This record gives sequence, C-alpha cells and structure tokens, in this order.
Amino acid sequence: MSINGDWYLILAAALFAIGAVGLLVRRNVLVMFMCIELMLNAANLTFVTFSRMLGDIGGQAVVFFVLVVAAAEVVIGLGIVVTIFRRRVSTTADDLHVLKG
Amino acid sequence: MSHSPGFPYLTVLVLLPAAGALVVALMAKAPRKALEVLGVAISLATLGFAIGVAVLFHTHTGGFQFVSNHDWAQALGIHWFVGVDGISLFLVLLSTVLFPIVLAGARTKNDPRSFIAWMLLLEAACIGSFISLDLILFFFFFELTLVPSYFIISGWGYAGRAYAAIKFFVYTFLGSAFLLVGILAVAFIHQHQTGVLTFSLPALEHTHFSGTTEVLLFCAFTAAFAVKAPLFPFHTWSPDAYSQAPTGGSMILAGVLAKIGTYGIIRFDLNLFPQASKDLAPVLLTLAVIGILYGAIVACAQRDMKRLIAYSSLAQIGFIALGTFAFTTQGLTGGVLLMVNHGLITAAIFLLIGWIYERRRTWQLSELRGLQTPAPVMAAVFTVVMMASIGLPGLNGFVSEFLILSGTFLVHRWWAVAATFGVVLAALYLLWAYQQGFHGTVDPVNAKTRDLDWTERLVIAPLIILIVFLGVYPKPVLDRITPSVNQLVARVEVSTHTHQPLVARYGTAGAEIAAKGQR
Amino acid sequence: MVHAAFLMPLFPLVGFAVLLTLGRRIGDPWAGWIGTAAIAGAFVAACVTFAGLVGEPASTREFTQTFFTWIPVGGLQVKAALYIDPLSMTMCLFITGVSMLIHLYSIGYMKGDRDYSKFFVYLNLFVFSMLVLVLANNLLVTFVGWEGVGVCSYWLISYWFQSESNASAGKKAFIYNRIGDVGFLLAMFLIFSKAGSLDYSVIFAHKDLIGGGVATAAVLLLFLGACGKSAQIPLFNWLPDAMAGPTPVSALIHAATMVTAGVYLLCRVSPILQLSPDADWVIAIVGVSTAFVAMTIATSQQDIKKVLAFSTVSQIGYMILAVGCGAYTAAIFLMVCHAFYKGLLFLGAGSVIHGTEDEQDLKRLGALRKVLPWTFGTFIFGWLAISGIPPFSGFWSKGDVLDNVFAKSPVLWAIGLVTALGTAYYMTRLFYLTFYGKARWREPAPDRPAHHTPHESPWVMRIPLIVLAVLASVAGFIDLPVGGLDFFNTWLDPVFAGSLYNDHEHSLTVWALSVTDAAVAVLGLFIAWRIWRVRADRPEFEPRFLQRVWYWDDAYDAIFGRPGEALARFSATVIEGRIIDGAVNGVGSLVRVTSTKARRFQTGYVRNYALAIALGLALIIAFMVSRVWWS
Repeated sequence: MSINGDWYLILAAALFAIGAVGLLVRRNVLVMFMCIELMLNAANLTFVTFSRMLGDIGGQAVVFFVLVVAAAEVVIGLGIVVTIFRRRVSTTADDLHVLKG
Repeated sequence: MSHSPGFPYLTVLVLLPAAGALVVALMAKAPRKALEVLGVAISLATLGFAIGVAVLFHTHTGGFQFVSNHDWAQALGIHWFVGVDGISLFLVLLSTVLFPIVLAGARTKNDPRSFIAWMLLLEAACIGSFISLDLILFFFFFELTLVPSYFIISGWGYAGRAYAAIKFFVYTFLGSAFLLVGILAVAFIHQHQTGVLTFSLPALEHTHFSGTTEVLLFCAFTAAFAVKAPLFPFHTWSPDAYSQAPTGGSMILAGVLAKIGTYGIIRFDLNLFPQASKDLAPVLLTLAVIGILYGAIVACAQRDMKRLIAYSSLAQIGFIALGTFAFTTQGLTGGVLLMVNHGLITAAIFLLIGWIYERRRTWQLSELRGLQTPAPVMAAVFTVVMMASIGLPGLNGFVSEFLILSGTFLVHRWWAVAATFGVVLAALYLLWAYQQGFHGTVDPVNAKTRDLDWTERLVIAPLIILIVFLGVYPKPVLDRITPSVNQLVARVEVSTHTHQPLVARYGTAGAEIAAKGQR
Repeated sequence: MVHAAFLMPLFPLVGFAVLLTLGRRIGDPWAGWIGTAAIAGAFVAACVTFAGLVGEPASTREFTQTFFTWIPVGGLQVKAALYIDPLSMTMCLFITGVSMLIHLYSIGYMKGDRDYSKFFVYLNLFVFSMLVLVLANNLLVTFVGWEGVGVCSYWLISYWFQSESNASAGKKAFIYNRIGDVGFLLAMFLIFSKAGSLDYSVIFAHKDLIGGGVATAAVLLLFLGACGKSAQIPLFNWLPDAMAGPTPVSALIHAATMVTAGVYLLCRVSPILQLSPDADWVIAIVGVSTAFVAMTIATSQQDIKKVLAFSTVSQIGYMILAVGCGAYTAAIFLMVCHAFYKGLLFLGAGSVIHGTEDEQDLKRLGALRKVLPWTFGTFIFGWLAISGIPPFSGFWSKGDVLDNVFAKSPVLWAIGLVTALGTAYYMTRLFYLTFYGKARWREPAPDRPAHHTPHESPWVMRIPLIVLAVLASVAGFIDLPVGGLDFFNTWLDPVFAGSLYNDHEHSLTVWALSVTDAAVAVLGLFIAWRIWRVRADRPEFEPRFLQRVWYWDDAYDAIFGRPGEALARFSATVIEGRIIDGAVNGVGSLVRVTSTKARRFQTGYVRNYALAIALGLALIIAFMVSRVWWS
C-alpha cells in the first residue's frame, strides 16, 4: 500500500506549525530550541516528499545540508545557552533582552 | 611609453609598511623602545625604496613608469595595476618622508604598539592610493586609509576625539559611497560599449559618455574627493579632526590624506571626464576661491592654533583646486607642487604645535606668550615654516602659489585676482598667531618652556631642508611633474577641442603668435 | 672684472650662513666684525665690478650672469640671474657702501644686546636680499629680493619682540607690504600673460605686446607694490611705526635702502612706464601728495625718529614724483643723496639716543651740542643737506627733481616747493630742539627721572658719521645741472635713453629755479629758527591733527580694521558654526532622532522577533498565493 504524498506534506505542515507556535509561546530556551529543530525537520520532510514525488534527487541532497547546518547550529546554540545558564540563574528567553534598542 | 624595471618597486612600497604593521601588531611583548625603532626603521626602508623609484624615474617622460599589472579578480576585471608618473611620484615621496618623521617625532606613550601598527598600515594605504591605476584598487586603498585614521583619532586624540572621529569617518564615508557608485557606473558603461569589464584607468579613459552622464559621474567622483581634500563647503570635519587628532594624526591627515582628495581630482576626474571637468570648472574655481578667502577669514578669528592651521589648510587646498581647474601647464604643475609643499609645511607646523603641547599642555594662543625668549630655536623653526606657508619667495610655498596664480590668471583673470588677496590674509593670521605665541614679554608659566632638543631638531631638520631646497631649486621636481601635466592638459584639450593660451606653453613665442592672431 | 658681480650677493650670504650657524658662539663683538667684513667684501666686489663696467664703452655697459634655472614650467622660464647695468651698479655701490658703514656703526650701537649676533644675521640677510632685488634680471627674482627685504624688515622692526608694540609694528609693516605685493604679483601675472616672459630684457624688447590699457594696468599695479614698499599714500603709515626697530635698522632699511626699492622698481621698468602717460600722472600726483602730507606731519612729531621717518616718506614722495615726471635719473640721484644724508641723520639720532640712554622725545633733549660734539658736528651737514642749502647734496638732487617737475607741471612744482620749505622748517626744528635751547634732560619728568650727562659715542660709531657727513656734503657734485658736469646723467643715460623729460631746461630757467630753491630753503630755516628759539613748547605749531598723522590710522581702523574683525568673527561663528557645520550636524541630528524613534521596535524579546518573522513569512506567502490566485 502506498500512502499518498499529500499526507506527508500535511504532516510536515503540522510539525512546522507546532514548532512555530511553540517557538512563539514558550519561554524556555531549550524548548524553543527543540521547536526550531522541529521546524527544520518539517522542512526536511517536505524536501524528501517533493523529491520522491518529482523524482528529483536534489531535494534529498538538500536535506543533508540542512542536517549538517542544524547540527552545527545546535552545537553553537547549546554552547551559548549553557554559557548563559552558567552566568544567570533564570532560564527564560525573556530575561535575555540586553539587545533591546 | 611606460617602462618597468624587473624589480617590483611599487608593490614593495605598499607591502613593506603593510607587513611592518602586521609584525608590529604581533609583537605584544616587545618594549616600547624596540617598537619605536622598528617602526622608524620600516618607514625609513620604505623611504629608501621610494628614493630608489625617484632616482630610476625617467625625467621628461609624461607616462606611467614602474608599471606592474597582475590579475587580481579576473572575472570582475580587477587588477593589481600600479604605476607612477610625475604627478604621483612626489606624492609617494611626500608620504614616505612624512611617516618616518611622524613615527620619530610624534611618538605616543599610550599603547605605542597599536599606534605604530596603525600608522604603518596608514602609510601602506596612502602609498597604495597614489600608485593605483585600477579604480577598484584605488577605492580599496582610499577606503583603507579611513580605518587607521579613525582609530588613530579616536584612540590617541584629545578631549573631543570621539565626536571628531565619527564626524570624520561618516563624512568621508558618505563621499566614498558616491565614488563607488561612480566607479561601477563607469566600468559598466565601458563594458556596455566594448564588452570588456575592466577597472583599469587607461582603458576606461576611452569610454564615451553622454553629456549628462558625464556630469553626474563627475559629481559622484568629485563628491568623494571634495570631502577628502576638503574643498569648501565640505570641510567642516577637518577643523574638528585636525584639532582633536594626536600630533601624528594631524600631520598625516593634513599632510597626506588631504592630498589623496586633490590627487583623485587630478588623476580620475580630469582623465575620465575631461569635458565635464572643463564645463564645471567655473563652479569649482568659484568654490576654490571662496575656500581661499573664506578659509583665511575664518582663520583670522581662531584662537586655537590647530583650528587655525585647519582653516589655513582649507585655503591652501583651495589654491590646489584653483590651479587644477585652470587647465594650464603652470596652474596644474603648481597645483601638484603645492600638494607636496603644503604637505611638508602643515606637517611641520602640526609637529611644532605638538611639541608646544608636550611642553605647555595647550595650544590655545591665549595661554601662550613670549615663547621666543625661552625657546629661540623653536621660534626660528616656526618662523621659517610660517613664512613658507605665507608664501615667502625662497621657500617652497611661493613657487607653487606663483605657478598656480599665474597659470590661472592666463585663463580666468578675475578668479586669480580674487585669490591673490588670500596671500595678504595668510600673512594676517599667521603673523598674528606668531605674535600671540612667541612675541611679547614671557610670563612665569611660559618662561620654563624647554627649547627643542637635539633629537627634535634632527627630526624636523629634513622638513626645513626640503622647505628651503624646494624654494630655491624646485627644478628637479618641476622637470618631472611638467611632462605628466602637459600630457594631462593635452588630453583635456583633445577631448574638449579647446587649448590653453599659447603663452602657457611657449612663452614669448606664443605671445607673439597670439598677438598676431588678434590683429 | 665685471664677472666679480656674483661676489656682491655672495659675501653677505656667506656672512649670513656663518653667523647663523656660529654667531651665538662667536658673540659680541666679533660677530659684528664678521658681518661688517662680509659687507665690506661685497662693497669691494661692487667697486671692482664698477671699475670693469666703466672700462666698457657706454653702449655695451650691460651683461647678465646666469646661475641656474629657477622655475621652468612650460612657457614660464625663470632663471636665477644677475643683470648688471649702470642703474643696478649704482644701486649696488651705494647699498653696499652705506650698509658697510651702518654695520660698522651697529657694532658699537648694539653692544651688550642679548641677541647681538642675531642682529647681524638679519642685517646680512637683508643686504643679500637687497642686492638680489636690484641685481635681478627678471621681475620674479626682483620679487624674491623684494620679499626678502620685507621679511628682514619685519624681523628687525620686531627685533626687541618682548615689547608688544614692537611686535605689532613689525607685523604692520609686513602686512602693508603684502598689500602692495598683491599689486606686484598681479602685475607679473599680467605681464607674463601678455609678453610670455618676466625677463626685463625680453619684456622691453616686446613692449608692443603690452598694449596701452594693459600697460597702464601693469604700471599701476607695480606702483601699488611700490607704494607698499616705499611707504607712499595710501600705504605709508607703517613706516613711522617701523621706527620701533633699533636705530641702525631705521637708518639702513627704513631710510637709505629698502624703502627706496619702489622707486628703483619703477625706474627699472621705465620702458613700460613710458607706454602709459595716464599712469605717469597718477604716480606724480601720489608722489607729490605723499611728499606734502608727510612733510606737514613731520613738523609736529615729538619723537626724533618719527620726524625722520615722516621726512623719509616725504623725500621718497619726491622721488616718486620725479618718476612720475619721467625724470628717472633725478629720482635715482635724489635716492643716492638721500641715502647719504638721511642715513647720516638717522645715525646721528641714534648716537643721541645711545648717548642719552634711549631718550627719543625731542621735548626731553636739547643743548646737546656741547656734550655730543662729534654727533653735533656731523649732524649739521645732514641738516643742511636735507634742507636744500647749497652747495650740499640735497640742494642739487632736490633741485634736479624740481626742475623736471616744473617741465611737466608748474602746479606740481609749486606743491613740491612748499614741501621744500616745510622740509627746511621741520629739520631745523628738530636740529634746534636737539642741540640748542635748554638742557631739558636735566629736569626730571613726571614719568622718569633726570638723565645723567649724555656721553659721546665710541669711535666705531663716529667713523660712519664722519664718512656720511662728507658724502652728504659732496655727493651733489656728481650731477651738476651744467652741461659736461652732469656725470651721473651721462652714466645712466644708456638705461634711461628715450625718457620723456631727459633733457634739462633752458639754462636760464635752471638758474632761476635753483635760486628759488635755495631761497625757499633759507626761508624755511629762518622761520623755524625764529619760532623754536623762543621756547620748546609751542602747541600752536603742533596741531593734534598733524600729531595724529591726519587720523590716517584711525580711519583705516574704522574702515578696514574693525569691520574686518567683525567679518572674521561673523564668518567663524555664524556662517561656519551655524550654517555650514550646522547643516552637517543637522543631518547627524536627523539620523539620531529617527533612530531614537525606530529603536523602539527592537524589544529584545526573542518571541517578538519570532513573531515578526512569522508575520513576514505569512505576508510573503499571502502575496505569492494571491499572485497565483489572480493570474
């Protein structure tokens, strides 16, 4: 049985929406991070789906780039988060507004 | 036409100080003395190479020499394309003479490592600007000068340095934006016409522009140069920057950086847009004359010696512009010569003011008095420099001023007449300043002022010698400038179908022909 | 022998260089002797050159010595070269001669000064510049000397710079000269633009290139330069202030040599002058007005040096008048004689000042003939010479000028004659108040105590006085208004050949004029003697108007000085500060205000930024979807 490609796309959109809303509503930096990952992987899923549907391998290649970028981002991002946690007790993103104009 | 020896002298001229800057910057642990010696040594070595260039330079040829041309970013048409002609040769020499003097005479106790490194980088950028024959390369160096000068002003300047540095940077940067747009436009128009994307000046000279385009491009280029020079009314960054910069910074700002602006006008405006230059000459001549008179008048009201010199520089730059836009052999040669002379004179004056500050912690004329009694040698040196600035024959300022005015008089009589009155005003404010600072009965505070010591005398001696030498025997310099200027004037004449008065080129014989033609 | 010419400027230049480098170590008095020796060398060189020049036939008495090309740019080729002809030779002879005497005098006068050697440094440089001025073969090199003497004059006037007024006087002299220099510079530009050269020989050979109107303009511009340098109306009032310098300086620079440079310049370019009769009239009128105005002022001055200064202005007015009348020989003749007698008078005055410890006020002098016998004895000759008493030099030289003026215009001549009367009057007043009457220096004044008995000057100062007294007496005989005895006229004839009024008047007229001159001189002398013998304090003959120099300085201050200062202040504060810099700072403020408002958007909360991203994304998608939808 083959599942229609549309379902994958719907799933990806749902994941993306969950990630986006999570990013907007949560204050915890780590959770926000996970939401970003969620959005990235939603995009990945879309890429793979279209790749399959259009028979173009390019989409799958992009996924590898995204994975690498995401991994790098997580490393740096977590690094920053850890440093911030060491300096400050609180963990919410709203406390980090020193770049306020 | 262009001749190039095997050894890449010009490239070395840029790379040597740049490498020196890097080395100095990395020597974090070195003692101050060692850094100072190293800085002077590097700049002296650069001077040595520059003298080598001057010696090997072929007199009586107008074209570029020591040319070296290498691809840099081939796809973009950018080249490492450098060369000197009579116009840029002496500006390179001026830079290489002034930097060792700055490094030896205007030292700083506060973080000498960075100061020396920035200075050497600035030297590389200045020399690079004068020898670039590729527009992007020029722009690169033109912009590169801003970075070290910004840090020198803001790092080692006086009380108002933050304001002065920002004003200097932003004002000049704004001008450069126009320059970049102009450069790109010229290159793309050229590409459109020939199919070749290049930024090399000799190639772009053959670009054809429609009237309006040429005027607009001329304005874009001139905006950058007029701010840098500075020409009236784009000058107000200069009194702030000159007065707030440390001594060495003021010397280089007024002595060398200002010349990049006027040099840019001569090298790029006149070569690329001869027709627009000629058409807009009345506007620039008027601005020049206003600058001469206005700068002098405002200088008369200054009580702050550094600001006074800043306004006097405005007047001098006005003279340079006047000679340039006269489009006569005398005017342009005088303009180029005045760039060199003014560089030497202002550098010497700022150095002296810096030394006065070291002793008295002020350069306000109201607080100085009767310095000639405790410091006769300093007074004598100051007098010589001041007289050169006033335009006393026998010292260098006069030769250039005379050439400019006589060259301008041939074609724009009334502008020259108005500018000549600037000569009186120069005497007015400089003699007044001298009287305030050096004449009169010395009060107890000033009485202890130390005279110049032997190191200081040694440092300023080259400037004094050059000031006198170029006043008495400018022939070696003029013989090298004139052919290049003639070539430039000829280029303008061919493109605009005009010609300078025959007198300017042939003297009495020309005058006779002209008189016959009238009858 | 004529090739020794280059030694004339070389000696003072070497003297200058030696004294500049070693002067402080050599010190008092040997620095003075070295300076004097350098000028003596120049004088000998001048004599040798002169002998060589005389040996040539009259028509070939000119040659050029070229050293190097100074400014070679296109059509403008200026060479550093000397031009020797009878005119420049005459100038060199009397310049080096008088300079030598004054150097000698200075050895004594400046004794004990703290900057003794510096004085001779300046003085040698001055002589060098003066020789460059007269020997130059083109206008530009003349201008080098012209400015050189000007700057030396500045340094020497403000030599005692500790006093504010001396410093100001030097500055004033320099700036007045600079105003004149504008004229000189513009004249050079004009001549170059028309003739394509600045060499005298080339310009004169191509006179036709300089048409009538241009010639008038060029001459008047050069004359403006001459007015500055030679202290003529309207630029004459720097010279009295210049008396702030040491007296030898006043004698050398501000009486004998530098101030006559304007006259020399006009004589040098006489071929151009002849192209423009209109300019001649202007020159003659300015000359006679200056002579008259300065004479009136000289009658009322209190300071012995100021009287002499205005007298110098007045005498140069005569020379300018002669130039305006085309009588170049007469102008040079008067210049030479004037150098002798005015040099003598200044040195005599210096001797008085030296002897009385810096007393310059005529009202504090008097009865000095007994205590200063040498000064008094030599001063008599100077006094009689300038007053125009025959047979002293002033009579002949001034007579020569007035004869020529009479030929041009009797009106000018009449004014000149009145001036001659006044000259005899004020000189006699000065002479009487200094050497006769009561010994007022014995009485203490409110502001200073009585003087000690004055002392006569040392012999180094007396010798120049004696030599100049002899010269002032006999110099007139070099050009007697009798055919065959007018040696000077014959000597200069090759230079000024073709001058308008070169020939003397009918001999009967000359005799009548000479008798008139002599009578006027005696009359002036007599009047002054009658007036000043009675008492020294005669305010009715010294009106305030004349003491304040016709309010000339006050007028300049009101017309140029104060408005100029106001303009400078206005430019610096309002135009520069508010308008030009105001615009720049205005742009800066505008940016700042805008960004102050705009920064509110940057809250610093990540969720806000994320929301902005999401909204932006939504907008873009909406836009794209709508594009697809509507197409």
